[in-house]
Amino acid sequence: MWNPRPVGTDTKGNMSSTDWVETLDLGEIAEMPAAGSDALTLVDGSRVAVIGGGPAGSIFSYFLLEMATRVGLELNVDIIEPRDFERPAPIGCNMCGGIISESLVQNLATEGINLPGKVVQRGIDSYMLHMDVGSVRIATPLQEMRIGAVTRGPGPRDVKEMKWESFDHHLLKRSIEAGAKVVQGRVDHVDWTDGRPQVRTKGNLPETYDLVAVAMGVNSPGLKLFETLGLGYERPSSTKTLIREYYLGEEVINRTLGSSMHVFLLDIPRLEFAAIIPKGDYVSMCLLGEDIDNALVEEFVNTPEVQGCMPPEWKADARSCQCMPRIAVQGVKKPFADRVVFIGDCGVTRLYKDGIGAAYRTSKAAARTAVFEGISEEAFRQGYLPACRTIANDNLIGKVTFLATRVIQKTRFARRAVLRMTKKEQQKEGHRRRMSSVLWDMFSGSAPYKDIFLRTLHPAFLGGLSWSLLTSVIPASKKKKTEGAKK
Amino acid sequence: MSGGALGKVYQDGEIIVRQGDHGESMFVIQAGQVEVVAEREGEETLLRVAQAGELLGEMAIFEKQPRSATLRALGEAKVLTIDKKNFMRRINEDPTIAFRILETMSHRVRELSNEIVRLKAEK
Repeated sequence: MWNPRPVGTDTKGNMSSTDWVETLDLGEIAEMPAAGSDALTLVDGSRVAVIGGGPAGSIFSYFLLEMATRVGLELNVDIIEPRDFERPAPIGCNMCGGIISESLVQNLATEGINLPGKVVQRGIDSYMLHMDVGSVRIATPLQEMRIGAVTRGPGPRDVKEMKWESFDHHLLKRSIEAGAKVVQGRVDHVDWTDGRPQVRTKGNLPETYDLVAVAMGVNSPGLKLFETLGLGYERPSSTKTLIREYYLGEEVINRTLGSSMHVFLLDIPRLEFAAIIPKGDYVSMCLLGEDIDNALVEEFVNTPEVQGCMPPEWKADARSCQCMPRIAVQGVKKPFADRVVFIGDCGVTRLYKDGIGAAYRTSKAAARTAVFEGISEEAFRQGYLPACRTIANDNLIGKVTFLATRVIQKTRFARRAVLRMTKKEQQKEGHRRRMSSVLWDMFSGSAPYKDIFLRTLHPAFLGGLSWSLLTSVIPASKKKKTEGAKK
Repeated sequence: MSGGALGKVYQDGEIIVRQGDHGESMFVIQAGQVEVVAEREGEETLLRVAQAGELLGEMAIFEKQPRSATLRALGEAKVLTIDKKNFMRRINEDPTIAFRILETMSHRVRELSNEIVRLKAEK
């Protein structure tokens, strides 16, 4: 845990010449009146309710308390969460693929939140891209395990041995260590009293808070309470995904899927994207597409590409569990009001990828605003909205890049060109791997979509792609001509 | 090895970065220990032994200077590389991510000051 040391003096109580950094009085910044309203600030003893103990809620609580400590502010933070992340199956599950992106791993490590081996079930060092025209492995240039495969709860319904700690539990523990209190229960009523939000958990009396941070997922029925509160809040629009867990055992996974995340660009109607993520003893299969149903899943699992990367003894119907959660595809326009802020998926998140990374960014921005700028609507507009806008604007570019991916998915010669270019890059040491880096960041969600898009406009990328497209088309047209001549 | 599934494993004595190299990244130790060694005229001076969770090589992120010391695994160590680009993008969005680095640097300056005082007292 990050323990700030007493500032300003050495062990004998003397000021040293090197105290310039630590004596910076951040307390003055915290006491500055918030734009719009002097009264709407957190003060010593303020009560904060965080509804939802997933990554967004835990990260918000951790940083709120950590920054408050830095400026000498004492806050009371209650995290209200009905689930128990130490229990397997739905009671402790947060329905997610469980990938911690390269950028999030680095950001958390820089913040002092290192993910131990007990939480990261498998370090991922590469992506295997599977298409009908062939497969290619895209490795990180640093040969490092830079992506973490985790489970959000302790494991699927039939978990045989509790070997790993759930990611959500790990973060929740960090926020408890920072001073947050967990209230196990489900919020069943939200109201206002004397201008302050009032929250009631099932079977308990209502509690009044100075600030409420809503950190619910888009699948949570509890969001309805805020849609009818008169804040103008409407949950984000969402799309259905499918997640299946399969028990294979650690040794079998090591031998077959290894430390690669397997992604599939297959021309199957209604299927946008699919991935198989190796964990400890289980693998997670995640599908994204239009009106996903079991028929679509059956078509996917029976493709030679899936059958080829799974062990020969694997049976597609022998799953441990399955869920069909929704993911947000468009964030809300105003995820805040006086004394209320919406963070994580119920506010603004990244399109399709790195939802936990987006939760970290929005939660920390909201916590920073609450401590340093205030808890009024205007303070959140100034301090929190820019972080949400950055993500939302990037999603617009993301839509264009996913459209291009869809074209590749539907066009055989384009798939061949992508495969050819990537394979060539992976075989050459020391060369700039332009297509590989674009695919890596698209699949892992590690870089902003704007960055990825700009990289695809580089003349060297366009030149390489054009050449690969040309060489992918020529053999096909030659073949047609030969066939025509024979006729 | 236990203690972390992320990063790269370095064997005992393996160099992570060498003094004088150009650097564009910093490191966070995920497991094990790392020696920080300064070399001068062929002689090595052990500056410190860094532990799991510590940030190293942060000066390369802010200065365009060669590495000031060699980082070497002491026993088996697992180390995660932090990219300059990712870090700078993040610091631009959220300057408070630098709090911990400021704290680390402040701590190191304090240690160096104490070391100077100790050396002067020994004269």
